[in-house]
Amino acid sequence: MPNISVTINGTSRSVREGVTILEACQIAGVEIPTLCYHPDLSLAGNCRMCLVEVEGWKTLAIACVTPVTPNMVIHTHSKKVRHARRTVLKLLLASHNVNCPECERNTNCELQALAEKHNITINEYQTSPKPVSFEEFSPGVMRDNSRCILCTRCVRTCEELQSVAVIKPIGRSSAVRISTFMDRGLNEVACTQCGQCINRCPTGALFETSEVRQVWEALEDPDKFVVCQTAPAVRVGIAEALGLPTDRSTGQMVAAIRGLGFDRVLDTDFTADLTIIEEGYELIGRLQKALLEGDASVKLPMMTSCSPGWIKFIEHKYPELLPNLSSCKSPQQMFGALAKTYLAKKEGVDPSKVVCVSIMPCTAKKFEKDRPEMNSSGYRDVDYVLTTRELASMIQEAGIDFRHIGEEKYDRWMGASTGAAVIFGATGGVMEAALRTAYEVVTGKEIPFNGLNVMPVRGMTGIKEAAVTMPEKMAHGYEFLAGATLKVAVAHGLANAKALMDRVAAGEADYHFIEIMACPGGCLGGGGQPIPTSPEIRLKRAEAIYQEDSALHYRKSHANPEVQLLYAEFLEKPLGHHSHELLHTHYTRRD
Amino acid sequence: MAEEKRILLGEDQPQPGAALTKALKMSPADVVFEVRESAIQGRGGAGFPVGIKWNLAGAASGANKMVLCNADEGEPGTFKDRVLIERFAWKLLEGMTIAGYGIGSHEGIIYLRAEYPYLIPVLQSAIRDMKEKNLLGSRILGTEFHFEIEVRSGAGAYVCGEETSLIESLEGKRGEPRNKPPFPVNSGYLGRPTIVNNVETFAAVPHIILGGAEWFQGLGAGKHAGTKLFSVSGDVGKPGVYELPMGSTIGELLELAEARDVQAVQVGGASGSTITPAEFGRTLAFGDLPPGGSVMVFGAGRNMLEVLESFMEFFVHESCGQCTPCREGNRRLLDVVESIAAGKVAGGAELKPFFQLAEIMRLGSKCGLGQTSSNCFVDIMNKFVQLPGGKEGV
Repeated sequence: MPNISVTINGTSRSVREGVTILEACQIAGVEIPTLCYHPDLSLAGNCRMCLVEVEGWKTLAIACVTPVTPNMVIHTHSKKVRHARRTVLKLLLASHNVNCPECERNTNCELQALAEKHNITINEYQTSPKPVSFEEFSPGVMRDNSRCILCTRCVRTCEELQSVAVIKPIGRSSAVRISTFMDRGLNEVACTQCGQCINRCPTGALFETSEVRQVWEALEDPDKFVVCQTAPAVRVGIAEALGLPTDRSTGQMVAAIRGLGFDRVLDTDFTADLTIIEEGYELIGRLQKALLEGDASVKLPMMTSCSPGWIKFIEHKYPELLPNLSSCKSPQQMFGALAKTYLAKKEGVDPSKVVCVSIMPCTAKKFEKDRPEMNSSGYRDVDYVLTTRELASMIQEAGIDFRHIGEEKYDRWMGASTGAAVIFGATGGVMEAALRTAYEVVTGKEIPFNGLNVMPVRGMTGIKEAAVTMPEKMAHGYEFLAGATLKVAVAHGLANAKALMDRVAAGEADYHFIEIMACPGGCLGGGGQPIPTSPEIRLKRAEAIYQEDSALHYRKSHANPEVQLLYAEFLEKPLGHHSHELLHTHYTRRD
Repeated sequence: MAEEKRILLGEDQPQPGAALTKALKMSPADVVFEVRESAIQGRGGAGFPVGIKWNLAGAASGANKMVLCNADEGEPGTFKDRVLIERFAWKLLEGMTIAGYGIGSHEGIIYLRAEYPYLIPVLQSAIRDMKEKNLLGSRILGTEFHFEIEVRSGAGAYVCGEETSLIESLEGKRGEPRNKPPFPVNSGYLGRPTIVNNVETFAAVPHIILGGAEWFQGLGAGKHAGTKLFSVSGDVGKPGVYELPMGSTIGELLELAEARDVQAVQVGGASGSTITPAEFGRTLAFGDLPPGGSVMVFGAGRNMLEVLESFMEFFVHESCGQCTPCREGNRRLLDVVESIAAGKVAGGAELKPFFQLAEIMRLGSKCGLGQTSSNCFVDIMNKFVQLPGGKEGV
């Protein structure tokens, strides 16, 4: 597209034809307030916050949707525009529940920020706010329509990014509200509890089901042995959640969690490494049965099972593909099962006194820990799940100075991590970690990528593919794979997962192994991560994840010394009896 | 003495198929040219030049172009499309078919107001009749041209008279306006190039083709083209549908309808203008009084604040709720009208923010509904309502 000339607030600018007024203004450094606009989503143009004046137009133009045309003359803070913005803001505030101190998003709310910026003090349109209406039984994602401004960012997220589409506007006029089919609760519809809607809500209408109170109570109970596990992506999100720039801050995070009073601070990375071993052997086993023994009952491609939003999605939408899922529990659930068996024994504590708390970048993990089958330790394997945001709020409440706190290390037995486990936090990470280990198991050699970095599965492309050809010389017992080409695919965001599953269901995909993460970018973009989110923010978090991988001494899951010890002392061997009891699971059709 | 000029509703109607026969002997471009030269503007109320719309759709790239008829006659006080369908459904079908030939479309849909279910058999029997006469369907009148028309019912939303909401509704979605651009002529129903025209517009097309552009233009008063149907209701001796030259005065229409002792006239429906007897010399034409078709007459005994309250209740009920100014604004305007009725508003200063709100709704709403729903508030408050403390400061 050629460049054209437009005038913004009296200054002539050359911009690319086809960009919107909003984009032209952003390039020119002119700020336009927005609410329904989100860089991840289609354009709705419904909030009318971004109204600007275009000379010659009878009405005001919305900047987010309107493309610039040659010689357009735009005013972004004329009297008309200023009045329009103030009026729109006042109208939104008039029916909004402005009990800000009680809101999860207090001080991180786009509506509040705009109200402050526009100095809205008196509201002539004040009316009684919408009634408070909490979602009562939703395990991970909560709603309160009294805080909703009907921007439909959640609706578009659910439909466009996730292909789930369980929430829609219902009713009309001033009675419109966002709800589900027949007004059912989010726990009664095909909601995956992924929480992506939370991350894109400009206000506090969507938030996680909080367990902060229960965790404080456990910490304050001297009779309990409270252990904490931290998911890979939390270490690159927690600083952001505390208002600091995006960075990896593993050591500070461990110190802060210990400061809160946890008895042990351990790492989900440990069970991520364990997942790679179990899942890797499961894949090799399936390949052996399918390729060597010609067993037609073996389902390929095998698909990862770490992402609970993805699991709920496939249970609802592709139940016929459930046999393709790896039987491995997610790292969170493996951790819980081991915390109340192996760890309790190692620490010499009564497993009934162990309280297992997960810090997750995820809201679906709250759903996962409540799945009825997740009690193989003899107890609820995981007791409470906190999001990255909830952990940040506890750190703030405790007055811990995260910025200046000294780095500390994880406790032993289940605290060792490898780079392979850390990259679980980014899309493609599980695949990369699996390839690093599986290739070495079957060939006896390191995977032939520079620095072990399997670049084709990294990055933010929605669906990624890679192929790894095996050498002619294989390790003993794996000769059947000599010269074979292993085909893999990776998808993140459920809309991409759906596109891939449609191909698998139609028999049009010849992959052996597929990694799916429910959230765009993988766990680093999870529904429990700091708000806001955008493609740039997720790229920064991914950068931090891969830095952490490079910085770690061990970069392959099978090199994790504590995982080796676990097998030597407790599990005996991958896919062994104990593994099956504690680390593997089954799925539920929800169609 | 004012007189009607009955063309669309006249006794002397052309033979069904005569206009189509003539059109099919012309090139599609010539058909569109004829319509453009007739200077007919959309009869639904927005007044967009019909020929230009057809030209744009004809020139648009994209397969399976669509001809949509807006028969969602929902503006309060209008019933002229109903009469046209009841009496001359064939003319509507013929107009759509000619439009299809002109823009290169083979598919038309009539989006019928939910409250008109009894018109479905009327339209369907007219479609059967046209097909029997080979004026619709495949190889029309022995040519290569084929065209099908389908009737679909709305679900009772006023906003679906707005063309992009109508399209959303036809696609099976919630009836809400789209952002423009893209305009329907480029990307409308299912992303196809689409024209949406009112019943009366299509019904006028056979007359334009047969009588010629110049004749049609000459039907109007002054520089205005064609005749126009008006649904007159309220405090008049003879309510009903009147056909007058476009550009006639409101006074002429009221004389025909035998209106006496008039306090106010609502022209163009609830979203139109409210005028006083001093304005009866104004013309019913684009550029002056909105000639959408609805003319409601209020006699001296009517309480105009109550009239305003009922209009605002209508808009609060019918806003789709998508954009902030319309969703919240209509509600707030109704609130303040109720406050005035309850004697809780003393003077103009208290009303000032609401006049400003009315202005922002006009400037900042997404579609025609929100852009016009505050007109009645401004007109009636300015012209008819008194406040205890006067209106100073508004």
